[in-house]
Amino acid sequence: MNCTDFLSQLTDYFDGQISPELLAEVRTHLGECDHCKVVLNTTRQTIEVYRGNEIYEVSDELRERLHSAIMSKCSAARKQA
Amino acid sequence: MPAIQSPGTEEVHPDVALVARAKEGDTSAFEQLVRQYERQIFRVAQHITQNREDAEDITQDTFLKAYEKLEQFQGNSKFSTWLVRIAVNESLMRLRKRKTSKTVSMDEDVQTEEGSIPRDFAEWRPNPEQIYDQNELGNILRKTIQGLPPGFRTVFTLRDIENLSTEETAEALGLSVPAVKSRLLRARLQLRERLSRYFGQRKEGQPA
Ligand SMILES: [Zn+2]
Repeated sequence: MNCTDFLSQLTDYFDGQISPELLAEVRTHLGECDHCKVVLNTTRQTIEVYRGNEIYEVSDELRERLHSAIMSKCSAARKQA
Repeated sequence: MPAIQSPGTEEVHPDVALVARAKEGDTSAFEQLVRQYERQIFRVAQHITQNREDAEDITQDTFLKAYEKLEQFQGNSKFSTWLVRIAVNESLMRLRKRKTSKTVSMDEDVQTEEGSIPRDFAEWRPNPEQIYDQNELGNILRKTIQGLPPGFRTVFTLRDIENLSTEETAEALGLSVPAVKSRLLRARLQLRERLSRYFGQRKEGQPA
């Protein structure tokens, strides 16, 4: 397995959807290739940092405003129908 | 590494009963569905459009459409996936109207190779959370995801931020599973590359 092959398996590897044979090859490559090891670690960190930090927070105030707007639109649509 | 995948649901999803009641005209059942998903729909819209006012409008329109078209929802997919699909379509339409981006369809902008081939091989040590405070980190993460083509941003948002499964993401976007996987890989690698500029380990005496 070379670096390109490794990259093509990365998504399935993260999803745990990789066959045992390929998984063994991926692990062998990771043992030999520092670059791919860094790519793996930092890609994992990329996902984790976005998951761990809600970058668009929905405040309670915004949520209440949205909620009433949605319900009043639906209620208007119901009356029209 | 634990699998980044939501577990399959074997038993009947509680939304099924709520949707059935809503279809019969029970407004409180529909309202409960709104409560459950309004935050998520807002986040999805904001991630795709990168604009708060648009995201507010899209959230309202999404639920209004869902309410009006409830009869058409057959229950082949989860109700939440159906909602996300409406929100994605509304969001992409909005982007097209604003024309802030050259390409806003899910089929375009896949040609870009930029950032898809790893070039930065520095480990992130210490962790981003240890280098930056919450505020700075938020700014970096927002700025970085804004730089992705909309099609990639959308896939990353659904799959990695909102934690939809690959299949659900495919359904919500009208894409095949392999297409989702290839966009997801590129999105992740491009984000990784761009974030490495901030988070990559700096060796002493070396310019950042
Ligand atoms: Zn390699």
